[in-house]
Amino acid sequence: MPDFLLEIGLEEIPARMIQAAQQELATRVESLLREARLLEDNASIRSYSTPRRLAVGVTGVIAQQPDMEEELVGPSWKIAWQQESFSPAAAAFARKVGVSVEQLRKVITPKGEYVGATVLRKGESAQAILMAGLPSCIGGLYWPKNMYWRAGKPERFVRPVRWLVALLDKEVIPFSFAGYTAANLSYGHRILHGPEAITLTDAGAYEERLKSAFVLASPDERRHGIRKALDRVTRTVDGARWREDEELVETVVHLTEWPTVLLGGFETEYLSLPQEVLVTVMRDHQKYFALEDAKGELFPHFLTVLNTEVDAEGQSIIRHGNERVLRSRFKDAQFFWNADQKTPLTARVEMLKHVTFQKDLGSYYWKTEQNLAIAETIGSILQARGKVFDKAALLQAVLLAKTDLTAELVKEFTELQGIVGGLYARAQGLGETVAEAMYSQYMPASMEDAVPTGAEAQILGLVDRIQTIAAMFSIGNLPSGSRDPFALRRAGNAIVRILAESQMPLRLEELIAAAGQAQELVEPFLRERLSFYLRETRQFAYDVIAATLAAGAGDIPDVCARCEALTAVRGSANFMAVAAAYKRIRNILDQAKESGMDWSAAEKSLLREPEEMALSEASSRLAAECGALRQKRAYQQALESIAGIAPEVDAFFTKIMVMTPEMPLRAARLQLIETLLASISGIADFSEIVIA
Amino acid sequence: MSGQLTNPLTFQELLFRLQTFWASRGCVLQQPYDVEVGAGTMAPETFLRVLGPRPYRVGYAQPSRRPADGRYGENPNRLFKHTQFQLILKPPPADIQELYLESLAAIGIDLRRHDLKFEEDNWESPTLGAWGIGWQVMLDGLEITQFTYFQQCGGIDLDPITAEITYGLERIAAFLQDVESIYDIVWMRDPVTGAEVRYGDIRLEEELQFSVYNFEYADVGHLWEHLRLYEAECQALIEGAKTLDGSKDPVQIGRYPLLAAFDLCLKCSHLFNLLDARGAISVTERVGVIARIRALAVGVARAYTNQQTAAGKE
Repeated sequence: MPDFLLEIGLEEIPARMIQAAQQELATRVESLLREARLLEDNASIRSYSTPRRLAVGVTGVIAQQPDMEEELVGPSWKIAWQQESFSPAAAAFARKVGVSVEQLRKVITPKGEYVGATVLRKGESAQAILMAGLPSCIGGLYWPKNMYWRAGKPERFVRPVRWLVALLDKEVIPFSFAGYTAANLSYGHRILHGPEAITLTDAGAYEERLKSAFVLASPDERRHGIRKALDRVTRTVDGARWREDEELVETVVHLTEWPTVLLGGFETEYLSLPQEVLVTVMRDHQKYFALEDAKGELFPHFLTVLNTEVDAEGQSIIRHGNERVLRSRFKDAQFFWNADQKTPLTARVEMLKHVTFQKDLGSYYWKTEQNLAIAETIGSILQARGKVFDKAALLQAVLLAKTDLTAELVKEFTELQGIVGGLYARAQGLGETVAEAMYSQYMPASMEDAVPTGAEAQILGLVDRIQTIAAMFSIGNLPSGSRDPFALRRAGNAIVRILAESQMPLRLEELIAAAGQAQELVEPFLRERLSFYLRETRQFAYDVIAATLAAGAGDIPDVCARCEALTAVRGSANFMAVAAAYKRIRNILDQAKESGMDWSAAEKSLLREPEEMALSEASSRLAAECGALRQKRAYQQALESIAGIAPEVDAFFTKIMVMTPEMPLRAARLQLIETLLASISGIADFSEIVIA
Repeated sequence: MSGQLTNPLTFQELLFRLQTFWASRGCVLQQPYDVEVGAGTMAPETFLRVLGPRPYRVGYAQPSRRPADGRYGENPNRLFKHTQFQLILKPPPADIQELYLESLAAIGIDLRRHDLKFEEDNWESPTLGAWGIGWQVMLDGLEITQFTYFQQCGGIDLDPITAEITYGLERIAAFLQDVESIYDIVWMRDPVTGAEVRYGDIRLEEELQFSVYNFEYADVGHLWEHLRLYEAECQALIEGAKTLDGSKDPVQIGRYPLLAAFDLCLKCSHLFNLLDARGAISVTERVGVIARIRALAVGVARAYTNQQTAAGKE
């Protein structure tokens, strides 16, 4: 039961791509072996990656496939067996599969009768199968961005391949890819080990061997080590903790083969800069971790994760170098901050005429004008509904929202747009409400990010995004497939989340109408974003979402409440019975309508059977009850009372034939079930519910 | 200052060392190109040499002008004109990264006492119709080199691929010498007296005066006029090259002045940068002007490739 090892050596892979590639390679190797029946039941697969390598180790590989009998099917029996003997076509089949004509026989399949043969398939060695299969295992890996590097451009890959290792125990599998033939030579850490190759003599000893060459092949081990080292070094600063940042940890895990952590510092004078600026410089530009106290206030220190291990003198050199870079960046930021204050935001509105929003639409000045008009409309709707917010501050925030695009600090740190505007508004005394709205206008920036808390920020966020979507759609810039250069889907998701989570008394169609452009395109787009939100963020089932949306999609908090209620009751037997009946009623009514029936003038008094009387009574009771509960948005209770009439519905359909030949009675029964349908329809369209 | 070389390289020694190192690895050493460029990539030794199949290795220092980056000599980290050491390896050797690390050792960087990372950074120039895949090389948190595998240039898919290594000389010198301001970099040190000439002694006045010209004096009307004239002449040469399409005479084809056409294209690019620095290009014009210059770059690249093929040079 040999072990298998595959390692691909590369020039540095982009950190953001490594994790997915590591997993994909492991999956590909596993399925190659599994499909070839070369995995023991207790086989285990481990995968590894560093910036310079992807690797897979398998224990429990079967060295040789067992021989197998295989049933092969040839031409149809009618063609194969003619005039009491095998035809030339049958003989050709026998030749092709390597048996004599006498070994052919009739096989019966679901598709008919055929000629068949049992052949013995010699098992292949793992060696041969890996040799043939590994090139496409590697070549088929998905990379977000590929390159060519060799003359004649024979392959595209993420970065140039520089070595290959493939070992079955101690034996090399010399397959070729990208100009290299696999051997047993790998490479250690560029500096700590140096450029000489290391020999991997045994597939099983991969991790230990690389460790001896200063490479931790397991990202899990590096992650663990980095976190512990961050903790350890942080303890040298009294009262400090490092600011947790999972994304940054992942980045440095994939930028290092042999990580160590180093503490650096900066002059306390820079702490007067807003911490958003300091953290952006440290985190986004330098990949440093910030240190903070228990209240989240920054210390004048940072942690950097090195891809090396150095002596004390080396530490002091590296610390000094990093501090130098950080200082010059902070100095720049401070310079820009001061320079920007010379032109207040209010004086920058005019400057927006020179900043393009979109070349076929206009400048950010134009966009600001559009935003103001939408904000005016939405503001009035909300005021009329008694929503409490500061409309003057909202309009001021909308007017100034984009002015920070002209600020030097934003040109330098584009990821701080909005935040810088908010900070400047505060520094320039424009009021906390205006500042806060501007500051958080781009929230939520992602699925994980929070919705802003202030009403003005929420409204600004809605207005700005609906304007962008409507304007882009009006000139045909719709997202398609993976192409969404203006991040319109993200904007749509943010609109849905703000409406869903802020309980804003505003309907989706009112927002769309306020923007006033391309409404016929914006409407289905945002509806799709709404289902995406219900599906991905709220984890509602497909059929629950479809059923709920079919009964109205405009009031998003209400949609969410109905989804929740439906999810809660859909498991009960009574509810499922009613849902099934709902479908049945629908069908009966549809057929009756198609056949030209009209029961609008039906006589209710014709109903006489106990089951139909009972249902009629239950239906009116339910109509009143459900109406009241829906009014209170007590959807779950409403659905429970709907489910409660399952016995009456069941009895009715068991005993009563709706389509009785007696026409006036048929009309009365149709009217009865139509009324019932109406009284239970407002929350969701139950016919969308999948009945197990 | 801790642990740096006790006698770090001067600015000119840094350049010598890089030149010597790469010359010993088989590179042609070229002089800086004498038409204004925004980056070493734009010099014909890169832009035109990466086209077509012929192998080439060259290194050169290239003063690179970016008018909008000027700061009147007041900002310690920003320059209107900085110096790149540009290296072109066509095709890239398999040990290119090791060679690059050796070049760092050659300029006095002991990698056993530094932290080096290759971080993803792809490069794209819409004006040149060029892009590539690569890294920024980070040394102790400082970007010291841009490393790019060119995939396309002048709108033409490249084969073979060329590797471009661009060292930022001012940054590296300031790092090696541990000075806070570029202007404090020691440019040369008299070997006899030890007297030093600083970067600021040589370049500060130039930074100031060109910032003043670029931001305040450059005559917008004239710049537009120059741009129009250079563009027209470049375009005419590109058009003229098409008349050679039917020619079988390698001499006649070979003497057609496409190299001159490329100079005219570079002039246009620089004029665009000047107009940009003057704030003279409106929102709507900007995209259009970039497209005009790109059309020239793409036109020259195509014509030049045809010429090389037809003249039997490739």
